[in-house]
Amino acid sequence: MISQFFVLSQRGDNIVFRDYRGEVPKGSAEIFFRKVKFWKEDEAEEAPPVFNVDGVNYIHVKVAGLLFVATTRVNVSPSLVLELLQRIARVIKDYLGVLNEESLRKNFVLVYELLDEVIDFGYPQTTSTEVLKSYIFNEPIMVDAARLPPLGPAAMFMQGAKRMPGTAVTKSVVANEPGGRKREEIFVDIIEKISVTFSSSGYILTSEIDGTIQMKSYLTGNPEIRLALNEDLSIGRNGSSIYDYHSSSGGGTVVLDDCNFHESVHLDSFDIDRTLTLIPPDGEFAVMNYRMTQEFKPPFRINALIEEAGPLKAEVLLKIRADFSPSVTANTITVQMPVPSYTARASFELEAGAVGQTTDFKEGSKRLEWCLKKIVGGAEHTLRAKLTFSQESHGNTTKEAGPVNMNFTIPMYNASRLQVRYLQIAKKSKTYNPYRWVRYVTQANSYVARL
Amino acid sequence: MAPPIPAPKTPSPSQPSGKSEVTDLKLQLRQLAGSRAPGADDSKRDLFKRVISYMTVGIDVSSAFSEMVMCSATSDIVLKKMCYLYVGNYARCNPDLALLTINFLQKDCRDEDPMIRGLALRSLCSLRVPNLVEYLVAPLGAGLKDGSPYVRMVAALGVLKLYHISAAMCLDSDFPATLKSLMLSDPDAQVVANCLHSLQEIWNLEASKSEEASREIEALYSKPVVFFLLNKIKDFSEWAQCLVLDVVSKYIPGDNNEIFDIMNFLEDRLQHANGAVVLATIKVFLHLTMSMTDVHQQVYERIKAPLLTLVGAGSPEQSYAVLCHLHLLVMRAPMLFSSDYKHFYCQFSEPSFVKKLKLEMLTAIANESNTYEIVTELCEYARNIDIPIARESIRAVGKIALQQYDVNAIVDRLLQFLEMEKDYVTAETLVLVKDLLRKYPQWSHDCIAVVGNISSKNVQEPKAKAALIWMLGEYSQDMLDAPYILESLIENWDDEHAPEVRLHLLTAAMKCFFKRPPETQKALGAALAAGLADTHQDVHDRALFYYRLVQYDVTVAEHVVNPPKQAVSVFADTQSSEIKDRIFDEFNTLSVVYQKPSYMFTDKEHRGPFEFSEDLASLSVGAQSAENVISAQRYQENDNDLLLSTSEKEENGSSAHYGSVPSAYSAPQALTEAALIDHGSSAFTSQPAFAIDDLLGLGVPDAPAPAPAPPTLNLNTKPALDPGTFQRKWGQLGITLSQELSLSPQGVVGLTTPQSLIRHMQGHSIQCIASGGQSPNYKFFFFAQKEGSSVFFLVECIINTSSAKVHLKIKAEDGSAAEPFSALFQLALLKFGLP
Repeated sequence: MISQFFVLSQRGDNIVFRDYRGEVPKGSAEIFFRKVKFWKEDEAEEAPPVFNVDGVNYIHVKVAGLLFVATTRVNVSPSLVLELLQRIARVIKDYLGVLNEESLRKNFVLVYELLDEVIDFGYPQTTSTEVLKSYIFNEPIMVDAARLPPLGPAAMFMQGAKRMPGTAVTKSVVANEPGGRKREEIFVDIIEKISVTFSSSGYILTSEIDGTIQMKSYLTGNPEIRLALNEDLSIGRNGSSIYDYHSSSGGGTVVLDDCNFHESVHLDSFDIDRTLTLIPPDGEFAVMNYRMTQEFKPPFRINALIEEAGPLKAEVLLKIRADFSPSVTANTITVQMPVPSYTARASFELEAGAVGQTTDFKEGSKRLEWCLKKIVGGAEHTLRAKLTFSQESHGNTTKEAGPVNMNFTIPMYNASRLQVRYLQIAKKSKTYNPYRWVRYVTQANSYVARL
Repeated sequence: MAPPIPAPKTPSPSQPSGKSEVTDLKLQLRQLAGSRAPGADDSKRDLFKRVISYMTVGIDVSSAFSEMVMCSATSDIVLKKMCYLYVGNYARCNPDLALLTINFLQKDCRDEDPMIRGLALRSLCSLRVPNLVEYLVAPLGAGLKDGSPYVRMVAALGVLKLYHISAAMCLDSDFPATLKSLMLSDPDAQVVANCLHSLQEIWNLEASKSEEASREIEALYSKPVVFFLLNKIKDFSEWAQCLVLDVVSKYIPGDNNEIFDIMNFLEDRLQHANGAVVLATIKVFLHLTMSMTDVHQQVYERIKAPLLTLVGAGSPEQSYAVLCHLHLLVMRAPMLFSSDYKHFYCQFSEPSFVKKLKLEMLTAIANESNTYEIVTELCEYARNIDIPIARESIRAVGKIALQQYDVNAIVDRLLQFLEMEKDYVTAETLVLVKDLLRKYPQWSHDCIAVVGNISSKNVQEPKAKAALIWMLGEYSQDMLDAPYILESLIENWDDEHAPEVRLHLLTAAMKCFFKRPPETQKALGAALAAGLADTHQDVHDRALFYYRLVQYDVTVAEHVVNPPKQAVSVFADTQSSEIKDRIFDEFNTLSVVYQKPSYMFTDKEHRGPFEFSEDLASLSVGAQSAENVISAQRYQENDNDLLLSTSEKEENGSSAHYGSVPSAYSAPQALTEAALIDHGSSAFTSQPAFAIDDLLGLGVPDAPAPAPAPPTLNLNTKPALDPGTFQRKWGQLGITLSQELSLSPQGVVGLTTPQSLIRHMQGHSIQCIASGGQSPNYKFFFFAQKEGSSVFFLVECIINTSSAKVHLKIKAEDGSAAEPFSALFQLALLKFGLP
């Protein structure tokens, strides 16, 4: 049971504030913001999502640079409140198309309208965009999406693949297009976050994929949809194939450790032909989340080396190789490497003809940072750096540097090889042929190579 | 009337100073109030928006109340909604003005549009003005019978709102009864859910005052209601499902078949994408299977995968909440997770509060099979640039060393940390090496060799410095230059700011002196002199004490300051098992995140369904869950069994296979413990003794034990009574019996914690509802129920272990059964501590 709900900007201004039960004093938003901003407990610098000040529990999530906060005095389920906050953010996004401070400020009356229906007296009522439609009367005021910095995982499609309509993902589920009629379309995004740790000798120590199949439907009349996945997909670690790593690299079966599904998904035929049947509700939602620890081919190989070159000098060599097809291009790649704390200066040497690459030595955190705009599959890139130390090293520079951490996004690539074989929409008429977009993307969650 | 007014030339709304803007708004609103001109509504909308935006940023716009109400006569629903929001916000502080709104809200409650009816009713109930409640009753009554589910849904929570404004009015109008029948009959799932919300909250708040409320709560958690809700579970929204699952977790099933039915039925909820639904389901599973060790373990195996998936999916905040629950389970049964250690490796980008949880989990699950990997991983973190995490990782390595069998390799790693020559690494490591030496003195040789090389100048942190000084004193015979290092430290006495370090210096100087007197004499003299002059009271006192001790007799002083030591076998756990159990009972609540039971962070009035009174609460040191005392007790015991049996299985080397096909929970072979109690035999064994006493015509003998009358009473093995009811009954009933008796010597020995007795009495179908106290005085409140009837027995039992005296006060609902019950109780008590 929630007492208050509010949304704060990064500077701590109230954008929306709704008091449902009147049990928590009005100044709670200020107390919360001061606590989060100057968090200094338990040696940690960042406030946890849930904390208690004077008997009031503050529960918050960060979405699009905004703080969505709920307060309560009751010993509630933290998951329930956090899920609810996240869902409120999503519903608002469904309505406004874009979720950010500006759109929220412009539409705060609509947001109040939503909040009245989503929560009553602190108890969640409904978070279904579909159901809410019948209760909401304000028209969203659109903000210009084009000049906004892209946010969220869906935004990455705007830069990479040209055939995607970039504005679609920022379209409100209720507003009509300027032209008049709504465009019939449906988006299915397979988003994978991968975590890999390489040992100093290049072996994979741990690897995991956390994936989600996200859907956003703009179809009228709620037609039924069939989503077919790999026929040989197997779930659970009880299959014996799980330890048979060799067969997996050559187009073998995809083995998921576990997965879960959205409420609307019917699994009647899932066991037989790996097909999900659902009537997609309006708005964005995760059809399925899955987790995989089966070994997969990591998209990048990292080679890092640090060698002493004289009493106060060392040389760093960083090499990355893209182990995927040349038809795929990774973008916004960042490689970071912590260097010994007594490093005073660093000079860089990029490979000949390097385009769209920048380097930096972060003095404060003592890291080398190497950014690449894009890497085409199969390509290899190298960076050399010369370090100057302020004191003599003790012959163990390797121990005091690293690990190398990499961030990237690869559109139209998925490491797990989980696929949507087809997306079938129940036809209403012969002419009914909505646009279907099936998109894949892989992101680094934690991609680390030790020295 | 007036045409729409163009935007006024007021100062920028981004810096509203308050007064002038509000006056301006009032003026404009007044002009628009009666306007029917086209476009008037649009202008009103703009003005209303401005009012609401002022309200949001905290500017008081309550002075525009009457103007807002005047403008609210409109058919524009957007305007209406804004007006409702405004009225709801200010009505409580302006009760007189609120009266103005009653009229139009009541009218709207009769509107033909169900949406308007619902909205008006919601606003009407949200006014929170006590003297307006009389206007609420009629619209609420109508709302509950409304044809539209939307209105009924609003009305169901409206009853709760009314209850909070005026409980008497709500109860007198008999609304709870209406809600109850609505809950069991309404076709709309959200109406049902809202009825349940309201009923739960109302009855829980009433429970301490009326017996009826307790009965109503029992009825809510009874089989018909629980099964009714379960059968409908798929109709509910995911949030309402969480509510239903919470109710199910409070239900105590009649037999094992019921448990399996419920679990098989809820099995697919574990695959839900909403983490809250999954955790609520897990709570049901864990609580249901508490008394079935094997199945309980299977549940752990079953829930692992969904939990890990939830940790990976969703936002960082959501995965943190799930990880906290995983942490709780891992700490409870680390054995069951020992092969999953890789899932708890820290990821580069994770915030430190997540990493900390993971480090604790890694520490807990380290065993022979995975220690090498885990420690290797932790050593990587020790080099981390995130210093707090690096420190935490070193501590984790130390903890593993303290709990491990193969310390050898780990000690080497720790000593390698010292070679890293980072101050904070050295500091953490020194503290750990000190602890290790206290547990494994045999390692002193290797450790001292390395520690001796550390320059004390590089150690600045008080804790680390104290540890180093302790080692210098303790092992001064093995460290050549110990006296000289101590001497130089003593020379800088005045620069030493931490009293902790100065205290250690005094003691170390003494120890060193006993072993190498000629070299240390001068240093000790200097230390004692400095200590005597010290401004810190403790330091001064210790110096004075040592000084007099040495003056009195050096050998005696050595006995006092440096006696032969025993290695420490186990370092005390920071959290008692009672607290941990209580947190476990509060699974899927904030308690798990805070790692504290709810009574430590919530006010009394928000503590939850069942509250302890001051009297009981002060006693309940943590043995009971505030939510469900009886089941909690039952669980605790069996849960310990679970852990025990796992470790035994490990030792036997039998690789236990738990059903990997999770939906097929098979009924366990063993009967539940409660079912094994044989009342007949206990009655039988006591009979001969009684017969003899009777033959001899003696009264009740004083020693060794009073012979109780033959129990002709059978007790219910699973009685249910919540603290509120207990307390009320205790207050209502007079004392039926009051007795003094002696506890057997074995019983006295066995009573080290209240828990042991509680568990013992449970075996005799006597449940504890609250306990407390410290040796030698313990106080317990027990209860039991006559088999097949509703008759309860309540017992206050005060035990003094030093005199072995027990004082009993028994209150029975059926006076005639008090004697046999007392006999049964005494018999059970006397058996305590006997093998």
